[in-house]
Amino acid sequence: MSMEQQISPEVTFHHAPEEDSVKKIWRTFWVLLGITVVELGIGYLMYALDLPDGFRKLALKGTVTILSLAKAYYIVSIFMHLGSEVRNLIMTIVVPLMLFIWFIIAFVYDGHSYKTLRNKYDTHFKETTMPTEHGTKPAPAEIKSGNTGGKE
Amino acid sequence: MSTTATVQTKWWSGGKSPFNVEYGKLMMWYFLMSDAFTFGAFLISYGSIRFSQNYWPNPNHVFDSAPGIHGGAPLVFVSLMTFILIMSSVTMVLAVHEGHHGNRMGVIKYLFWTIIGGLAFLGCQAWEWHHLITGEHAVLVNGKIELWGQNMRHNPWGAIVEGVNYNGHHVTTPGPVAFGGYFYGITGFHGFHVFSGVVINIIMLIMAWNGTFDRKGHYLMIEKAGLYWHFVDLVWVFVFLCFYLI
Repeated sequence: MSMEQQISPEVTFHHAPEEDSVKKIWRTFWVLLGITVVELGIGYLMYALDLPDGFRKLALKGTVTILSLAKAYYIVSIFMHLGSEVRNLIMTIVVPLMLFIWFIIAFVYDGHSYKTLRNKYDTHFKETTMPTEHGTKPAPAEIKSGNTGGKE
Repeated sequence: MSTTATVQTKWWSGGKSPFNVEYGKLMMWYFLMSDAFTFGAFLISYGSIRFSQNYWPNPNHVFDSAPGIHGGAPLVFVSLMTFILIMSSVTMVLAVHEGHHGNRMGVIKYLFWTIIGGLAFLGCQAWEWHHLITGEHAVLVNGKIELWGQNMRHNPWGAIVEGVNYNGHHVTTPGPVAFGGYFYGITGFHGFHVFSGVVINIIMLIMAWNGTFDRKGHYLMIEKAGLYWHFVDLVWVFVFLCFYLI
């Protein structure tokens, strides 16, 4: 069925083409589609519940993030065949990516710290940007009806 | 199967590549790893700015339209875009599979559908950008109502001003300006990758059509183009997560 393809002297052995690999591709497709549907379900759940910031909202967002990582795993491992490569190759790709663990924590924490400091020392920033419970308070007397063409 | 061969082979004893892949494919992997850091840096920078703000627009209010649907339909259009990209990833991996079997017509057929998928995705993105840039949203600026679209200098998605309506629509305060720059910057950079992926796939299609790979005796270039295309899909998983879901 498969013709032997002589690719390069760097390749010592070929994986035997699996007879069910097309099946495996479609199974991965259904997995990815299923995870995406669950993600959308959670997305709509967050939209419908309109939760305040807090643990429950964070838990839903965390769940979607973990599901996205699962999708990434399936794409890289099966569609990109990394799961079938030799261990040496997998490690040279995956180990440097560990840097992301520090990268994400450090910069997100830095952003959060900046917000906390500004709210403490810059009251103008706090007063003008902090959302109130029911949107921002308007000053209705100031609202004029004109100047609607002010796109620029 | 292959696993037993992996265990028995002494990869580091010399005379053979310890990675068991062709040079170009290995370099494609390292390029993609560096590209992952580029995208990662962009997305983390977006996260850092977002965490530094007291208020950030709700994506369900920003991305709530589709062609023919004017508002109130969050996640609909972006689901279509996600589906298109997953589907084109499947046709790409099927093209690679046909290449393993040296089946030229199969490669051509699946590459064709992958290109169509890529173009469909780019069309969706063009519509979405156009919709956001040309939209008109009533924003209360210095006591006056202005009609703003989402661009790099304006963000009309601030908090809702209570008790004020304009032509039956909510009126908002200006939102964080960084939103537009990050959204257009990151989805644009991703769209640029999709575009270059489509160009690469068209070149692969022409080469396959001309029988270049049959003469070479292998379809390895399709595999390398496939790696790039799957990476584009992989990045979209996280763009979708960071901008539309959370």
